[in-house]
Amino acid sequence: MSKEKIKESNEADDLQQGRREFLKNVCASSVAALVAAPASAEAAVDPANPDADVTVAEFFQGHFILMSDEEKKQAIARLEKRYSAQYGKKTTVSDVPAPEGVLFGYALDISKCIGCRRCVHACVKENNQSRHDPEVQWIQVMKMPKGNISFTTEQLDKGYPEQSEFGDYGVQVGGNAYKTAGFSTEDAQNYYNDDLVPDKDFFYVPVQCQQCEKPPCVKACPVRATFRDHAGVVLIDYNWCIGCRMCQLACPYHARRFNWGEPNLPAEEMNPKTHYFGNRPRMRGVMEKCTFCVQRTREGRNPACLEACPVGARKFGNLLDPESDVRRVLATKRVFRFKEEYGTYPKFFYYIG
Amino acid sequence: MNTALSFAMDFGSYAIKGGRMYYAWLLFLAFFILVGSYTAYIQFTQGLIVTGATDQVTLEAFFANFVFTAHVAAAAVLVVAPGYFYHRKDMKELAVMGEIVAMVFVATGITFVLFHMGRPDRTWHIIPGIGFMNFPNSMLAYDTIVLNVYLLLNLIGVSYILFKKYVGTFHEKQLAIWFRPIVFLAIAWGPLIHIVTAFVLASNARVGMWATAVLPFAFLTMAGASGPALVVLIFLLARKYTRLEIGDPVIDLMTTIIAWSLGILMLVFAAEFFTLLYPSTEHADSLKYNMFGHNGLNMYVPWFWGTIGALVASFVALLFRKVRHSYDRLLPMVCFVVFFAILIEKPMILVFPAFSPTPLGEYAEYHVTLIEFFNVLFVWALGFLFLTLILKGAIGILTGEVSHEKASASS
Repeated sequence: MSKEKIKESNEADDLQQGRREFLKNVCASSVAALVAAPASAEAAVDPANPDADVTVAEFFQGHFILMSDEEKKQAIARLEKRYSAQYGKKTTVSDVPAPEGVLFGYALDISKCIGCRRCVHACVKENNQSRHDPEVQWIQVMKMPKGNISFTTEQLDKGYPEQSEFGDYGVQVGGNAYKTAGFSTEDAQNYYNDDLVPDKDFFYVPVQCQQCEKPPCVKACPVRATFRDHAGVVLIDYNWCIGCRMCQLACPYHARRFNWGEPNLPAEEMNPKTHYFGNRPRMRGVMEKCTFCVQRTREGRNPACLEACPVGARKFGNLLDPESDVRRVLATKRVFRFKEEYGTYPKFFYYIG
Repeated sequence: MNTALSFAMDFGSYAIKGGRMYYAWLLFLAFFILVGSYTAYIQFTQGLIVTGATDQVTLEAFFANFVFTAHVAAAAVLVVAPGYFYHRKDMKELAVMGEIVAMVFVATGITFVLFHMGRPDRTWHIIPGIGFMNFPNSMLAYDTIVLNVYLLLNLIGVSYILFKKYVGTFHEKQLAIWFRPIVFLAIAWGPLIHIVTAFVLASNARVGMWATAVLPFAFLTMAGASGPALVVLIFLLARKYTRLEIGDPVIDLMTTIIAWSLGILMLVFAAEFFTLLYPSTEHADSLKYNMFGHNGLNMYVPWFWGTIGALVASFVALLFRKVRHSYDRLLPMVCFVVFFAILIEKPMILVFPAFSPTPLGEYAEYHVTLIEFFNVLFVWALGFLFLTLILKGAIGILTGEVSHEKASASS
């Protein structure tokens, strides 16, 4: 009995001891916490509302291009910290400059393209686009009818005007060949949902940012948030964009996408290797578009869409290098630019291989 | 300083005094401001996804309404100009009313632009010095400049005139040397904001409906119709319910301006439609979509014919002397129709259908969401609240009911 009592009191002492130590530890750690607070406060990011955690410093940061090297370093560090906390994985934000003596160009073979849209999805995966509500896609594939439209003898005297002594039935509306054929956006299907591609009566034209040499979007932006780098790629500083959408209005290729709401990017699908002007996660209310995968191509790799293409319809390279894939295509194939009547001089070429 | 304080006090206390109908009107506006504060909160926390805008139709109802406010703001010079250019004494007395309309509508337009922006918190990025303004390339940069300068010019003009009249020293010889240049600059600036706003749209080569040289002319004629229509309504109300004297010739001049602005507008529309429809190339696709629909997408069709019909009918109606002189019935009705037809024309003819087909051949309809609709009403209610209060106070000063003499006599 007494033994038990002694044991009990010993336990109580231990407890007492434990409590004292505990308190001591708490005091020490809270002091440490206070000291560390300013640093760790930024790391505590609420994934439900990431906008709330944009720091004051990020809010007041200037245009990235106009920053000093020191400011750039700080801006990158801020973003890496925020993204790492938000997505729960080590995220790098690179600011590798464009290589010197390079002009990036792209060429796409529309006779090879089978319309599988693997490029579209590879792009979404690589570039951290919003995945749902809505899924943002930078590449849109147009499905265009080939020239094999049906001409019929019954159709010969149809259309308006119906009768004429000259025999010119239907010269105004609805004649026999009153249909689009070949390369025209008029009857292009942008949301085809086929079980099997390619459809034999159609050909496919993927459209993404054409990286114009004379980009109307850059001209229209009131704050120069969008600009062309010296390798010829049109980029956007997502932290500088004011969301006025004048660039989207100006673009004749429907290449720009707006973040109408907060982008939905699940942490497990997030690509942690990012570039400041490229695939780093965007915020609500800013514009985004194809950057020729700036995070890859500035390091000498190929864009994700090219790597995903199963038929080798896509070629990428340096337009200044006569030995590059693109230059060889330009020299040997029948090449054209999309909507060249707009005078934008794209560095994205289509060809018939 | 004391005078300025009593000016503000007297102006304010007169502005909020009125009859039962006056309070009912203010309450009506307050309701939409209350509801709109909530819907605006939703938009600013969740983003433009709560509006009907898409990547296909990227301008929402806010931008369409902004263009309309620019119409009215620009047209307010038509009240100021006859007094200062043609020395019409009766118009000169009322010039300040026009400047108030211009001032409030420009402010309303700027508010609409803020609602249009995806990141209104980053507006400071456009201020040269702390931000970066893409001048002289971006048309929106020009628009930012001309709108803010116009707001400032009118703010200076209105406060100076009202204050001078309040203290009773509004005579030729006692006016500051900068006053007349400011008034004339404001008169010239009115059409300027409008031409620049037209260029913001016309600079986009890919939107066929806007890439036309007649766009500024269409805008100016619509301004000449919608602005004076509102002014006539204000004048008719003012002379009925307040002691402000506005003669019939003033109303008649405004009516003439509306009628012939509509007349020229008919020609502008005809020129535009002919040039597009006769060759009927791809440039006519948007117009054809607007007029007849496309593969079953025909939401804009009734709006198109309804609006055009209302404008033509108003023009024809104003050719009749009987309508023009029916100050208490027909004329306000016609003015109301003109104002609303041109307001509806903005989203339903000018802005939304112009985006179809998109550069990749898509056709899309725009459906205004409820939140967007209430946000539009919110901005309008704010605009009309300020317009009502400032006009009411100004009428008090113009009629002499509010003056420094009276204030110092009573105290």
